[in-house]
Amino acid sequence: MTTTTAGNTFTNLANPTRFLNLSGTVLPWMAGVTALLFAVGLFMAFTAPEDYQQGVTVRIMYIHVPAAWLSMMCYTVMAISAIGTLVWRHPLADVSAKAAAPIGAAFTFLALITGSLWGKPMWGAWWAWGDARLTSVFVLFLMYLGLIALIRAIPDPSRAVRLTAIVILVGFVNIPIIKFSVEWWNTLHQPASVIRLDGPSIHPSMLYPLLVMALAFTMLFFTLHFSAMRAEIWRRRVASMRRRAAQAAA
Amino acid sequence: MSHDVYVALAYGITAIVIAALILWVVLDQRARRAELSELEARGVRRRSDAAPASETDHGV
Amino acid sequence: MGALFVRDLKLSLRAGGGALLGILFFLAVIAVIPFGVGPDLNLLARIGPAFVWIGALLASLLGLDRLFQIDREDGSLDIMLMQSTPLVLTVLVKCLAHWTATGLPLVIASPFLGLFMNISGVAMAAVFVTLLVGSPAITLIGAVGAAVAVALPRGGLLLAVLVLPLSIPVLIFGVSAVNGAIAEPAPFLQPFLILVAITLFFAVLGPLAAAAALRASSD
Repeated sequence: MTTTTAGNTFTNLANPTRFLNLSGTVLPWMAGVTALLFAVGLFMAFTAPEDYQQGVTVRIMYIHVPAAWLSMMCYTVMAISAIGTLVWRHPLADVSAKAAAPIGAAFTFLALITGSLWGKPMWGAWWAWGDARLTSVFVLFLMYLGLIALIRAIPDPSRAVRLTAIVILVGFVNIPIIKFSVEWWNTLHQPASVIRLDGPSIHPSMLYPLLVMALAFTMLFFTLHFSAMRAEIWRRRVASMRRRAAQAAA
Repeated sequence: MSHDVYVALAYGITAIVIAALILWVVLDQRARRAELSELEARGVRRRSDAAPASETDHGV
Repeated sequence: MGALFVRDLKLSLRAGGGALLGILFFLAVIAVIPFGVGPDLNLLARIGPAFVWIGALLASLLGLDRLFQIDREDGSLDIMLMQSTPLVLTVLVKCLAHWTATGLPLVIASPFLGLFMNISGVAMAAVFVTLLVGSPAITLIGAVGAAVAVALPRGGLLLAVLVLPLSIPVLIFGVSAVNGAIAEPAPFLQPFLILVAITLFFAVLGPLAAAAALRASSD
């Protein structure tokens, strides 16, 4: 097999060494862009006007909403990776899923904590089941934790690959059902108001900082994700090298 | 607690969590790289290193 | 297929099968609630349907790890994997047998346990009907967790952790339907039909994913 593949980037990236080389070149730039986006985003977040109702606490929205978006996007990345494992047997797909899980769980955790801190001054309670999005994110958090527990429970990496992919996909398919049922449950118990922390619509002066922060978080995710994938590839190489060394010695 | 404290807590915890994530990823990479170089120094080779003529390796 | 159904049914109902244990656990959960919540009959009547549902859900989850365990232990799992009949069908039949042996008894027991929670006759009927329609959904989606956890240590706990978030919609619509039957303005048919839809959906997704997981964990 030669390396003169006629430019199909996807198959090129399927080669772990190629991915390592590519990511090694690109990562410093990604980290730099992430830092820049955060700098701009934070500046915009703190110079944006206060909400006339909520006052200064609305600034928490600039973390909470992007974190919630990212928690969902990360799971989508994992679902795509799972399809890559099951349908195309892409060698890097399960590396991607395994690397993404803890990062997604961390973002989900952030969404929950900031949601709680945002809600307490508004509603007087540290946790209010009334926000359907927050409740859905909580259920998503449980799913992340279950997945991480599953990944750690399977000792044999080759078996873990497809099993994890199946669980990821079953969870992904269920997310719309869960979201729908949580919204239903909320309207059932609070027929009058639809409680959303950030209200039904967002003023443009708050929308732009939100979008910049969302971009910053997205870049942060992919920077962390690629780095974690590199570490995972190296981890597997170390393991197989050790196996070969043990076999050679035996 | 005044509202400012909530905002400060939110941003503070976020900073800590993100810093922890970055730290974990960086340390993990460094540890793996160290293990790899240690193994290579001991003379252990990867299966695909056995054929230096071909540049490809599809094994991990 | 019929033979498989009967065999599984017999195995579940045998002494070590765990079907009766499920009912006992259900009873234990319901019995404990008034001690925690207090003997206020009105309060118990209000939360009764929800807790009967939760008790049935937990008891079902507890019994699920047995779905594939016996087959794995006596080697018939490998035989099932090699057969010409589609594994999905085999899993579906096993789920049906498992539900008949462990889920159905819970459904039948629910009105009696409702007595402990002082729920009205209408509520008892609604709980019975919604559990009848909704508990298969738990078994079916639980099959995925059972297939994944069959060879793992602490598989039972892992199964529960994986399946509980997925079973939240079933719980929500089941209890909604019961509340709809009791309190007039709330609809009964709408959540009930959604519950039916979820069960049917899991009847496809569950065995499909479980079969894939069984194959993945064997090779």
